[in-house]
Amino acid sequence: MAKTLFEKIWDSHKVDEIDGRSLIYIDRHMVHEVTSPQAFDGLRINKRRVRRPDLTFATMDHNVPTTNRSLPIADQISAMQIKTLEKNCQEFGIPLFGLDSPYQGIVHVIGPELGITLPGATIVCGDSHTSTHGAFGAFALGIGTSDVEHVLATQCLVLDKPKTFEIRVDGKRKNTHAITAKDIILSIIKKIGTAGGNGTVLEYRGQAISDLSMDERMTMCNMSIEGGARAGLVAPDQKTFDYLGGRKYTPKNYDELVEKWKDTLKTDDGAKFDKSFAIDASQIIPQVSWGTNPSMTADVTESVPDPAEFAKGDSSQEIAAKNALQYMDLKSGTPITDIKIDRVFIGSCTNARLQDLVEAASIIKGRKASPNVRVMVVPGSQQVKKKAEEMGLDKIFKDANFEWRESGCSMCLGMNPDILSRGERCASTSNRNFEGRQGAGGRTHLVSPIMAAAAAIAGHFVDVREWV
Amino acid sequence: MVSSIVTPLDRPNVDTDQIVPKQFLKLVQRTGFGKFLFHDWRFDQNNTPKKEFVLNDSKYTGSHILVSGDNFGCGSSREHAAWAIKDYGFDVVIAPSFADIFYNNCFKNGILPISLPKEIVNDLMKTDSVVHVDLASQTIQYNSKSIHFDIDGSRKKTLLEGLDDIAITLQHENKITSFEKNHVL
Repeated sequence: MAKTLFEKIWDSHKVDEIDGRSLIYIDRHMVHEVTSPQAFDGLRINKRRVRRPDLTFATMDHNVPTTNRSLPIADQISAMQIKTLEKNCQEFGIPLFGLDSPYQGIVHVIGPELGITLPGATIVCGDSHTSTHGAFGAFALGIGTSDVEHVLATQCLVLDKPKTFEIRVDGKRKNTHAITAKDIILSIIKKIGTAGGNGTVLEYRGQAISDLSMDERMTMCNMSIEGGARAGLVAPDQKTFDYLGGRKYTPKNYDELVEKWKDTLKTDDGAKFDKSFAIDASQIIPQVSWGTNPSMTADVTESVPDPAEFAKGDSSQEIAAKNALQYMDLKSGTPITDIKIDRVFIGSCTNARLQDLVEAASIIKGRKASPNVRVMVVPGSQQVKKKAEEMGLDKIFKDANFEWRESGCSMCLGMNPDILSRGERCASTSNRNFEGRQGAGGRTHLVSPIMAAAAAIAGHFVDVREWV
Repeated sequence: MVSSIVTPLDRPNVDTDQIVPKQFLKLVQRTGFGKFLFHDWRFDQNNTPKKEFVLNDSKYTGSHILVSGDNFGCGSSREHAAWAIKDYGFDVVIAPSFADIFYNNCFKNGILPISLPKEIVNDLMKTDSVVHVDLASQTIQYNSKSIHFDIDGSRKKTLLEGLDDIAITLQHENKITSFEKNHVL
């Protein structure tokens, strides 16, 4: 019978059934400092071991400082969480890319970078943006701490089989610099809503997806969770196989595996998806979020919408939009390009890979940040930082008065000192514009890296198509 | 069986960043998160309770049932959200729909998430009567109404019997070991 890519991965990882649910084998488990301490405690209390420390990889990213790493961590509680991860990794024999490692970085940036992420694999992490790894044709999902403990102890998860949801992106983008993967995924979430993908695994297909680089596909899959999906994936192709060749953890028999994957890791002709949605890439233009969830997003040429118009008759959505405008201090009818900003954040597991930084830098050469705007650039990993510096990107950013910092999650969720002050408005390349996400009372507008960089220069949002 | 008045939180898309803001994720234990539940909605900048927020209305003190809008628990996978809800005193959350990761986290922490049609949820939000939730019979009773709810049989068993998921999986260890022998990645 014809199968979708997801169904093939699911079937090939099913170990057993438990009470009508499936016991699924997990190939790779990524661990970080915030959602793991209670899981390790659980193992100790029950005198359990980590079944496969060789398939488990840890780093610290959520609350690490992005300032000078040679200094001690000022926040004692953060320091404690980081120390706890070090101790746990040592006790259970798990490889750790710690603060002083050249491979440290955001867990979803380093997984692919190190060749830990592989096509056809099942990958979990105690973080919702684990969906990022789906860009390589893996089934990758975020889990809670109890499930982190479950995977540490058993290398398996008990799951209900998600439904399949085809997302077709046909056509070609009109401008491959100004219109990015971020604009495609925001356009999709705007249409399907924040719960549109609940209970499903998205498969992104079509010409515009094939055209994307691996860095761009990761941006797409990363935000699958913002559409409510369990995971998102793209079938692997030559770009995928080339990306993963020769990395630190790439398997020794990689070429042999690739030959097998080429034949098997794709959705069969005639396979049926439970749901389908299609969008034409040629119609997509730069996006800017105006509200407090990622579906509250507009074209850069539009104005802040009227709540009733946005809600289309759904009263709870109308109230939500009204609350959002109040929180964001925005008025209906204000052109998006009239919105002035105080801060810019270029970073996060959504948009802090090399290509993101290259695109952002391309637009600021010879320009300066608006004097009213503070700009932070936070590379996704130490490897990204190193490569960017080899290309001289750090100099371009610094010349424009952009801060060039150490790698971590930083102001995407503001667990470390990188936060917005109350009332500050930020153009952010991250993934969530929830109330208070980047700091209590802070206001977040989601955009692509090139849109964020252009806004930093202008002091307000601009249609970056006019610049490139 | 849980019997109490319900706490209505009439908003869609209540995300886990609101349930527990990130400044409280630095603890390394599972307990004590109740005081941070809905922190930024519940308290102002000086940590004074905001009168207009539902949890600060003394009428709802002692409520064990939270009722909210669509897509409850969306966003981050942080299980701290479930820990905070349970620690605050809620044993049941009722909404038209839930985000997947949060829904799963509830069962791991003795919280029963119930999804019901929007009309019923809206009606529940309006009632001041005591609501009785019985997992064994999968019914909700209030104001002489009786409503059936669906739940996966294995999850129901886990909640009713308080089973250790890991111990159950480890009963299948032979299967896991033989799977590993033939698995290539």
